[in-house]
Amino acid sequence: MKRIGIFVCHCGNNIAGTLDIDRVVEAIREFPEVVYAIDYKYMCSDPGQQLIREHILEDQLDAVIVAACSPSMHETTFRRTAEAAGINPYQTEIANIREQASWVHQKQQEAATNKAIETIRTIVAKAHYNQSLMPFYLPLVKRSLVIGGGIAGMQAALDIADAGYPVVLVEKADRLGGRMAELSGLYLDSDAAADPLGQKIKAVTHHPNIQVITQAAITEVGGYVGNFTVQIEQRTASPADQDPAGELVPYSFDIGAIVVATGYDLYDKKNLGEYGGGRYPDVIDGLQLEEMLRPDGPTGGRIVRPSDGKVPKEMVWVQCAGSRDPELHKPYCSKVCCMYVAKQSMAYKQQVPDGQATVFYIDIRSQGKDYEEYVQRAMEEHDVLYIRGKASKVFQENGHVTVWGVDTLTGLPLEVEADLVVLATAIVPRADAQELGQRLRVGTDEHGFLSEAHPKLRPVESLTAGVFLAGAAHFPKDIPETVAQASGAASKVLSLFSQRQMVQEPTIAFVDPELCSGCGLCIPACPYDARSMHEWQHIAVVNTALCQGCGACAMVCPNKACRVRNLTQGQILSMMEAYL
Amino acid sequence: MRVRLSAESVHNELVQRIEEYSGQGLMACYQCGKCAAGCPVAFAMDMLPSQVIRYAQLGLVEPLLESKTIWLCAACQTCYTRCPKGIDLSRIMEALREIVMLEKGSHINYDALTSEEQADWPQQAFIGGFRKYSV
Repeated sequence: MKRIGIFVCHCGNNIAGTLDIDRVVEAIREFPEVVYAIDYKYMCSDPGQQLIREHILEDQLDAVIVAACSPSMHETTFRRTAEAAGINPYQTEIANIREQASWVHQKQQEAATNKAIETIRTIVAKAHYNQSLMPFYLPLVKRSLVIGGGIAGMQAALDIADAGYPVVLVEKADRLGGRMAELSGLYLDSDAAADPLGQKIKAVTHHPNIQVITQAAITEVGGYVGNFTVQIEQRTASPADQDPAGELVPYSFDIGAIVVATGYDLYDKKNLGEYGGGRYPDVIDGLQLEEMLRPDGPTGGRIVRPSDGKVPKEMVWVQCAGSRDPELHKPYCSKVCCMYVAKQSMAYKQQVPDGQATVFYIDIRSQGKDYEEYVQRAMEEHDVLYIRGKASKVFQENGHVTVWGVDTLTGLPLEVEADLVVLATAIVPRADAQELGQRLRVGTDEHGFLSEAHPKLRPVESLTAGVFLAGAAHFPKDIPETVAQASGAASKVLSLFSQRQMVQEPTIAFVDPELCSGCGLCIPACPYDARSMHEWQHIAVVNTALCQGCGACAMVCPNKACRVRNLTQGQILSMMEAYL
Repeated sequence: MRVRLSAESVHNELVQRIEEYSGQGLMACYQCGKCAAGCPVAFAMDMLPSQVIRYAQLGLVEPLLESKTIWLCAACQTCYTRCPKGIDLSRIMEALREIVMLEKGSHINYDALTSEEQADWPQQAFIGGFRKYSV
């Protein structure tokens, strides 16, 4: 016999405004094993929780049911409350009479009250069979893997390594630096990108806690948060060698947490037929101009026409080339273009003061500290002519690349016979990001960017525990935002590593070895890869860390050997019986 | 008909004169339209005050010289007091009127004035009204 206490919450008027609380309390007092039932205005408030604790002691309760909101709101709250009064947390249950009764049946008060009573009746039936459980403690490997050696990956690696944990930093190319190494300067202060980046690279390569593996790829990821096993392959040949594949050196690491920072690509100019589709040498993209502007670049920092090496007298930038175009290309704003175009156009005007810089834009997005002032400086102090209107066509004619656009502010159709056109093409994820995402069990959105766990509140976590996101692999972002996200991801890794062990909820599946026939049906049924056959016993086993307690295995098991703790077939049937 | 933009056309002689006479940087305007929204005589204009600057930014001064707008501007400076970029549009209007006058050759030759005399140039509202009713 259990001694169950039921606490019915009014949730202000959320529940009490619809349900007849007195009738609910009166009815549930008659349920088997219920020794106490009471209602209160806000059960989650301090006095509400105090009420629960008092009656656990006073009425010697050994199980608590709180009839209130969804368990996703306050199950943890009430389990802790009851635990403080000496009850095992898994003997506390929530009966959801708000989302499932009062909110959805506001106009049928009597029926809603009946439904609440019956909901509580089923939970009482379940509580009868609930066992006291202890959470599982799993080992935690305090070594982190960072994928991508750009500014995002390096920042995350440094933050984790500075805190004293080992980091394996894997980079696809033969050098660190990523896209930032391809930039000529950084906007706002026009610093050469090489200086701050060089310092970071030095800090990473000399850090005793960071192992850098360049020319490498992740070939396999197994395991789960705290206990990943990662296979890496490194090419030994340099890209200049005859045989680009070279020899492959395999690495294997036990890893506790992973930061993905694989960066971005530019949308291929070939996709933009109206802008020449990549056929004209004097129509280039933003990174091509960055290469020219780099002091160590092929032109020594000078802007010249690729076709004939002449200094361009007329230069045009086309913003949103492939961005903000839901019909034909990418619907999103690529976020960095407005700023780098301002930077590039000012750099051009400094090199060619009597040249004409024209920018076709549809909106200027300069949201950042000092960003707006920077763009206004391009217009005001450097005479960069901003034309509000998306360029419609770029074509080659008489040794020029002519741009057709319209100034929507006056309604005048315009034409510029340019010497050099820069397309600020859309930012897209790396071509192999999706494949890597699958390997890591991290979702990608329709464009191939890695998905965050929550767009507002969990922007650096993926939905896979222990895998975190940094930089443009997640979405287009500039360097300061990337660095901030990378440090955020690193701090998530560190808070994980600050635990002594991994804690796993005990309400997961288990296999009764006496009943299991080893048919193996549960293995493909498990959506979390948490099932396998025992090496020699020929019975199914549950991987405690991966199991989420969904119960799919219990559904398919023909012998009822597989059960979910505190949600067994017996419990479900008795709940059904109570309800019907 | 497409308007062809080039380094020469954008920075033509008339544009330079507007900037010189008015003392205003045309490129500072980011075309928010607040001047046009608040102008008490905009209803009667054939070209909005903000468009006057836009045309000048594009190097298209001729349509401005032919517009009624520059003569309807009362130089009340409502636009200037509200402009987020601090552009004195009434001075630009005045510069445009000035250019028309000078082209007709019937008034004071601004270019002939010394820089001290230019500094002492009378209140533009006064001179603007004087000009407007004496053409």
